[in-house]
Amino acid sequence: MSDTHYSPWNRLRNSYSLSAWVATGVVLVATTLFNAGKGGPSLGPLLTTALSFSTFTVLVSLGQMLVITSGPGNIDLSIPSVIALSGALSMGAMQSSNGLIALGILVALSSGMAVGVVNFLLIRLLKIPPIIATMASALIVLSCAIAYGRGMRTAPPALLAEMLVTRIGYVPVFSIFAMALTLLVWLLLTRTIYGRALCAIGQNRNAARLAGVKTDFHVLLTYAISGALAGLTGCLIASYSGGNSLDQGNEYLLLTVAVVVIGGTSVAGGRASLGGIWGGALFMFLLVALLNTAGASAGLRTLLTGVIIVMVAALTERRQTR
Amino acid sequence: MRHFRAHITRLLSAITFAVLLGLIYRNQSLALSYLGLTLLLGASVPIVFATLAQMMMVSVGDLDLSIGPFISMSAAIGAIILPNSPWLAALLYVLAIGVYVFCGVLIHVRRLSSIVVTLGLSFIWLGFALLLVPSPGGQAPQYLVDLMTWQPPFVPLPVLFAILAALIGYFIFNITVFGTVVRGFGGNPKVIERSGRSSLGIHAAVYALAGVFGIVSGLLLLGQTTSADANQATSYTLISIASVILGGGEFVGGKIYALGSVFGALTMTLATSFLNFYQVSSDWQVAMQGIILIVALSLRTVIGYSGKPA
Repeated sequence: MSDTHYSPWNRLRNSYSLSAWVATGVVLVATTLFNAGKGGPSLGPLLTTALSFSTFTVLVSLGQMLVITSGPGNIDLSIPSVIALSGALSMGAMQSSNGLIALGILVALSSGMAVGVVNFLLIRLLKIPPIIATMASALIVLSCAIAYGRGMRTAPPALLAEMLVTRIGYVPVFSIFAMALTLLVWLLLTRTIYGRALCAIGQNRNAARLAGVKTDFHVLLTYAISGALAGLTGCLIASYSGGNSLDQGNEYLLLTVAVVVIGGTSVAGGRASLGGIWGGALFMFLLVALLNTAGASAGLRTLLTGVIIVMVAALTERRQTR
Repeated sequence: MRHFRAHITRLLSAITFAVLLGLIYRNQSLALSYLGLTLLLGASVPIVFATLAQMMMVSVGDLDLSIGPFISMSAAIGAIILPNSPWLAALLYVLAIGVYVFCGVLIHVRRLSSIVVTLGLSFIWLGFALLLVPSPGGQAPQYLVDLMTWQPPFVPLPVLFAILAALIGYFIFNITVFGTVVRGFGGNPKVIERSGRSSLGIHAAVYALAGVFGIVSGLLLLGQTTSADANQATSYTLISIASVILGGGEFVGGKIYALGSVFGALTMTLATSFLNFYQVSSDWQVAMQGIILIVALSLRTVIGYSGKPA
């Protein structure tokens, strides 16, 4: 299929992330109007909060997106546990000291990456289905976090905590860092052998292997990247919220899958939609913010979130070719 | 040899269960008594029925990520509405099954991924449960509490429920024509469609049955806990999936073993209390489920029977 005879408008209309962005725009305008009526935060501060919280979601969802793209059945359920463990390990390594920030981040990245590699080995060598393999490793990793942390809460280094709330205008600096990282993943997906191989593997693993793609290596890389991103996020969340806690990653299990799917990535694999990750993450946050200002209870908020996920899925998921 | 391997694969969860129980018995011989089994396996009763619900979905190649919150919600309806207005509660249960059927039809007609739709559903159930019980509360109807504290002669109650669930599962999948058609549909939808069966009807029926088992699980859970909490069954989603796979089922659909899945659920329950008998720090209790999953499923790989023609 050649895209050449499509006008830019047609290409935009056919883009898989469009619905996520349109929905985000609608919710953003609605929230702003609501806030203006009630004297709540205006557009600027709202944007800052939305970007801050969405950045965490985006970071982990990038990894989840790569994993889901690597083929049907592939999913990373170990993300919440990795966030808990890396939060505890990195805070422990940094000892609240500014001089040890680099070490802490290194610990966070490598602990996450190690879990990712273990996930891959369970899937590849022991032939355990990815859902079960990552679930099992999640349980073990969570136990490690419990045993290591013992409910201990270490404060982050002051410098790191400060860096996370620094902003230029209304945009937090670390959101800009996450955007740069998104760009990097985009380059990875579109300009490198890894990216092309990943999509090929996602569409048909056997065909990819027969075509000479090193499937094992690329899938290993995918799980390692997902783990590393979750590890990094664990460290950042702990720093942002003044210390690590065991349940700091809980919400990211379903949230990452929801964000990836709303963003237009195919659940069947083989098609990643990177722009949709930001759209999906902002949408999920703003939706909750909107329902909050509208005075909805926690129950109603959750219920409407569910209704909207089902609706978005029903309206945008293209028919699977398989 | 192939037959032998196939049988071992199907019985893997039963063997794992027996080994765990044997190891517990070695340290605490009272574990195998009537009271011991009642206490050890008590928590398995709702999980066994959650597993039955998940089996329905896996049998057609779908996954239900919403069964945990659905069970929480069923328990919440039972604790808040059932005691005072049983008819309204019944109506809500029928509506909930209706939503399940609607999603089954939606998934079929729009060819959606069941993972995404049931992910959305999980938020809907959780939201409704939170509306009913914003904080833990409510009171279970006395007959449910009586049922769950009943001490039947000779056979401990959790064992009785496990046998019942295995029989129901076996009956649905291995005795009825419907079960054969469903398994066939999971294996190869096109063939079943060409033989004149309505695949829409199969999807609807499977989702309806999943809803029914979810409600049963919720009511049994409520009988045990006597009050409702919007998050009390959240973990059942993943445990039920693990039980079905441990029991010899496969995600591709069509391969499902009722007895194995029930033993899978019992194994997952036993795994959490196992370490109590070996003076290991309770920190590692969570890990035990993961380790047992890995060991049992890698054994299956080692035995090397994948169920496919060689």
